[in-house]
Amino acid sequence: MESLIGLLLAPPLLGAAVLLLGGRRLDRVGHWIGTALAATSFAVAVVLFADLLGRDAGDRTLTQHLYSWIPVGGFQADIAFRLDQLSMTFVLLITSVGTLIHLYSVGYMEHDERRRRFFGYLNLFLAAMLLLVLADNYLLLYVGWEGVGLASFLLIGFWQHKPSAATAAKKAFVVNRVGDIGLAIAILVMFTTFGTFAFGEVLPAAAEGGATETTMTLIGLMLLLAACGKSAQVPLQSWLGDAMEGPTPVSALIHAATMVTAGVYLIVRSGAIFEAAPDAQTAVIVVGAVTLIFGAIVGCAKDDIKKALAGSTMSQIGYMMLAAGLGPIGFVFAIMHLVTHGFFKAGLFLGAGSVMHGMNDEVDMRRYGGLRRYMPVTFVTFGLGYLAIIGFPYLSGFFSKDEIIYAAFGRGGAQGWILGGVTLLGAGLTAYYMTRIMILTFFGEKRWQPDAAGNEPHPHESPRTMTIPMIVLAVGSVFAGFLFNLNHAFVDWLSPVTGIAEGDSPVSHLTVSIAATTVMLIGVAIAWLQYGRRPVPDHAPTGRWVTRAARRDLLQDDFNHAAFVLPGNYLTRGLVYVDHKLVDGVVNGTAAAFGGLSGRLRRVQNGYARSYAVSMFGGAALLIAVTLLMRAV
Amino acid sequence: MSFPLLTATVVLPAIGAVATAAVPAARREAAKWLALLFSLGTLALATAVLLNFQPGGDRYQLTESHAWIPAFGVRYELGVDGIGVAMIALTAVIVPFLIGAGWNDADPREGETPADRRWRPTQGFFALILMVQAMVIMSFAATDIFLFYIFFEAMLIPMYFLIGGFGDRAGEHGEERQSKQRTYAAVKFLLYNLAGGLVMLAAVVGLYAVTAGQLEGGGTFSLQAITEARATGELTFAQNTERLLFLGFFLAFAIKAPLWPLHTWLPNAMGESTAPVAVLITAVVDKVGTFAMLRFCLGLFPEASVWATPVVLALALVSIIYGALLALGQRDMKRLIAYASISHFGFIVLGIFAMTGQGQSGATLYMVNHGIATAALMLVAGFLISRRGSRLIADYGGVQKTAPVLAGTFLVGGLATLSLPGTGPFVSEFLVLVGTYSRYPVAGIIACAGIVLAALYVLILYQRTMTGPTRPDLERMPDLRPRELAVVGPLIALVLFLGVFPKPLTDIVDPAVEHTLSDVGVEDPAPEVEARP
Amino acid sequence: MSPENYLHLAALLFTIGACGVLVRRNAIVVFMCVELMLNAGNLALVAFSRMHGNLDGQIMAFFVMVVAAAEVVVGLAIIVMLYRSRHSASVDDASLMKL
Repeated sequence: MESLIGLLLAPPLLGAAVLLLGGRRLDRVGHWIGTALAATSFAVAVVLFADLLGRDAGDRTLTQHLYSWIPVGGFQADIAFRLDQLSMTFVLLITSVGTLIHLYSVGYMEHDERRRRFFGYLNLFLAAMLLLVLADNYLLLYVGWEGVGLASFLLIGFWQHKPSAATAAKKAFVVNRVGDIGLAIAILVMFTTFGTFAFGEVLPAAAEGGATETTMTLIGLMLLLAACGKSAQVPLQSWLGDAMEGPTPVSALIHAATMVTAGVYLIVRSGAIFEAAPDAQTAVIVVGAVTLIFGAIVGCAKDDIKKALAGSTMSQIGYMMLAAGLGPIGFVFAIMHLVTHGFFKAGLFLGAGSVMHGMNDEVDMRRYGGLRRYMPVTFVTFGLGYLAIIGFPYLSGFFSKDEIIYAAFGRGGAQGWILGGVTLLGAGLTAYYMTRIMILTFFGEKRWQPDAAGNEPHPHESPRTMTIPMIVLAVGSVFAGFLFNLNHAFVDWLSPVTGIAEGDSPVSHLTVSIAATTVMLIGVAIAWLQYGRRPVPDHAPTGRWVTRAARRDLLQDDFNHAAFVLPGNYLTRGLVYVDHKLVDGVVNGTAAAFGGLSGRLRRVQNGYARSYAVSMFGGAALLIAVTLLMRAV
Repeated sequence: MSFPLLTATVVLPAIGAVATAAVPAARREAAKWLALLFSLGTLALATAVLLNFQPGGDRYQLTESHAWIPAFGVRYELGVDGIGVAMIALTAVIVPFLIGAGWNDADPREGETPADRRWRPTQGFFALILMVQAMVIMSFAATDIFLFYIFFEAMLIPMYFLIGGFGDRAGEHGEERQSKQRTYAAVKFLLYNLAGGLVMLAAVVGLYAVTAGQLEGGGTFSLQAITEARATGELTFAQNTERLLFLGFFLAFAIKAPLWPLHTWLPNAMGESTAPVAVLITAVVDKVGTFAMLRFCLGLFPEASVWATPVVLALALVSIIYGALLALGQRDMKRLIAYASISHFGFIVLGIFAMTGQGQSGATLYMVNHGIATAALMLVAGFLISRRGSRLIADYGGVQKTAPVLAGTFLVGGLATLSLPGTGPFVSEFLVLVGTYSRYPVAGIIACAGIVLAALYVLILYQRTMTGPTRPDLERMPDLRPRELAVVGPLIALVLFLGVFPKPLTDIVDPAVEHTLSDVGVEDPAPEVEARP
Repeated sequence: MSPENYLHLAALLFTIGACGVLVRRNAIVVFMCVELMLNAGNLALVAFSRMHGNLDGQIMAFFVMVVAAAEVVVGLAIIVMLYRSRHSASVDDASLMKL
């Protein structure tokens, strides 16, 4: 069975190579090749899953050592995979959602002449993401980590002819790179501390507490930095909104369901390290809590449907981070929310894509309205995803989010109350912005107008390749949470890897559920009062300063611009000047000095024989004089 | 006596140079093929060197030793350790691609027919490249310091002509201005390197004087003899003498490498010369500098090297950040790549002087990987420049639409330059960082900033040239031709291969690095906590 | 007569030659003055030979004569060529000996 692990990665890798190198010959079948290979990977994942289920709970870790990658003295990096319950969960999520989105893209990208390349990039992403979750050591994880960054870069910038897309792609990569430094430094510290960076050696050593707490805190904070970059958490969140420039299937797969959750994976995977570094854990919680509110506020203000959903993604990942920061109380629920979120958010994005597909790629929700009559399937699937994300009772979001809120209270003491309050507030905000999206898009009167070229959109339902994945994901959004909670199936499955602990929550499960549902209903009601009862203006009203700031992503780009981009530009320009004038100036100055001197000396060399003769005689006379003088002295 | 393989590897390209130069003016094409043939022959010989080298065997292998100038103890001594083998392999691999890439670069310009001119630019171009190759391989193989010095300096002559004599057809400033700039660049290159070389000559003579005064058999230039004599205590340096001699050697290598603040010749030289020559400078010739730091500075003057480490590390860090920031500020894409190279040379020097096994292995790998990755990026940039006739980034935009393969290869070359995992440079950069961090944590963390800056300058370059709406004047730009693809394709394949499976290289390099470290007398820091699997 | 007088004469001749080289413009005259200086040197060498009682000085003098003869050949050829191209034998008319 172990040897099958490598086989998970092989199909998408092969697909990427074939599709990207194959040339135009494959244009007509490329998308099907890509989809088939993704499905193959999913099939292998299912086989492995069945095998794991057949084993004892304590014996569900498979490892495969492929070859020695970088052997240099004491530095041993291997290409080795590790499949346990945690990575299996991710593998199933990645391959299943991945396959569905491949299928969806067949229809969505039908009219794009570079569709083959799109599927090549998608396959590349799958391979990198699988590598990320299957890696047996942090360095290999780093390869997958940057690999998904590359795939994300390529896919965000897929429509490269649009300058905004190219800029967004670059921004995503660079901001991610800032986070990657964190992972790099974490690995450096691990290596100097433990002499290794394999999970199987670092994590037990961290749990034993051999290293000082300062070291562990440093590693933890650096891992958090990495997670912030990849998962778009404050303060490295600014790229996610812009990343919506990419085609919608990309937003669904990479920027909602899988890649952005890699940060949560990293933190849960490194649980032992964070357990040994309480300060770092607190930092994770703070980041999660801040982002949870931050993303929700941004999501409330955006009129671009994808950007509103992106804000929601940030906010939901904030939930997961917060849960992951709570330690074993929250690890399992972080992952559970991650999986359910993967389903409903991917479904929501696909729905948004379907809407855009029918609306001539219009993204402004103020130009939608009343679409439920034109796109029934999209409406129903989107609606189910909507109910799941706001935590409608007995849909999947309800289970996973309530568990996180409960775990937040379980932190205990004042912190517990604060975190519980924040998560409840987040639940209300989620209900508000999602209801807003729902109403603006599917209810009310139609508000679309002809575009600049005079083409009026003719909303229509999307082709079957697109609706089938939406239906499947909607089914998943409805039932996943219920299935996970059947006999504590999910907790029992995952806890051998992540551990589990009961917090000392001052409130009961039931209270939390009631409170969360109440808050949700309030959020829905406010949104309905604002958008459902009265007509929605075509153009957004100016709004108060909060709204304006939220529309500008709470000034994050302005801050980055003022704090990093401008000074960086000045520094660069200044250095170019310094290099030219100062460093080079010294050299050129020396050269010029010699040049000037020789110019003077050159005049002595006038070409007249008699003047040369004079200097010869003069020189001779001088020599004689000196000789005589020396003798005299 | 066995077949003198190293001598053959040096002599073959030299013969090739003479043969190519002798081809009659009318037979330009024949000269190109001849040069390619000889470079491939050299590659075959270098492969033989690689195969004959036993990673676990003696430190120096394939040695040859003959008396040359007995009066001064100068010998013709060749030999390679793992680092030398890697560098010779790099040189032998790169040059055929350069010849392929520069196939038409030295053809007579429009309006010039070959019959017009007595001298034959095409023949000369390829002959000079082969000449440089021969001299570089000799520098990598020589274990006699005097012999090394001669070729270290002699290299400047063909390089001078390559830089000054052959430029791009990028006349954005007009032909005359450009020819002036080129002359300036060539003279600057020559003077800088000559100045370093002269200081080194003084140090070489000084070293001889020290050995002549202490050794029974008279003075020697032999690296092995000096190392052995030091090990047995037969030869000792006074502290100040050692430091001065070290500085003399180091200065020459730091100029060649080039290290901040001795770097300003590189952007000029790389900017003004044609892309293959620019690659020759940065990927091959400059590597002699960093290679010599490892072999001569550390091997001959271990104590002085340790003494100078803090300053050298600081300079290396400045190079990394400074080079990257300046790359960000460039408007000329070749100068941008040149400044990026300065940043990368900072990493290499950092790895060497971190004095750890990972650092030095990483630095050696870095030399190889940087050579290949920069070659890929620079050559594609050269193809791009030859199409539009401008080196300015602002003159491009939306190229990926009209020339997707060109844009794709450019991106892969760029990604390798920013050390994306999966490409060779990542392995080496990470090893350098690990090696540095384990001894100098702060330096390691500062160097990490280079990672982000590299992403910035590469992606900005890519964004401005390749993406966005296609400029009207670029709409008919042809994609890569088969010849160009044949040049870039294998380089990219090699970069990826070395990123995924660098073991063959590390196996060769590792023992040599251990020898070097034992010369210096330092050991890798042990981990704080022993992790039990 | 003491040999020192020969030395005085040699010095005198040398000075005359040197002044001639410096003062005169005609290339032929300059040339003759150079010859005068050479011969002054020869005279001094022979005088030294006599004073020190060995033949070294005389041998040197022969060398100088041979060199002078060769020089005359080359030098006159140059002057003739110069005259042909410029129709003047004045040394101040040509300033070709520079970069």
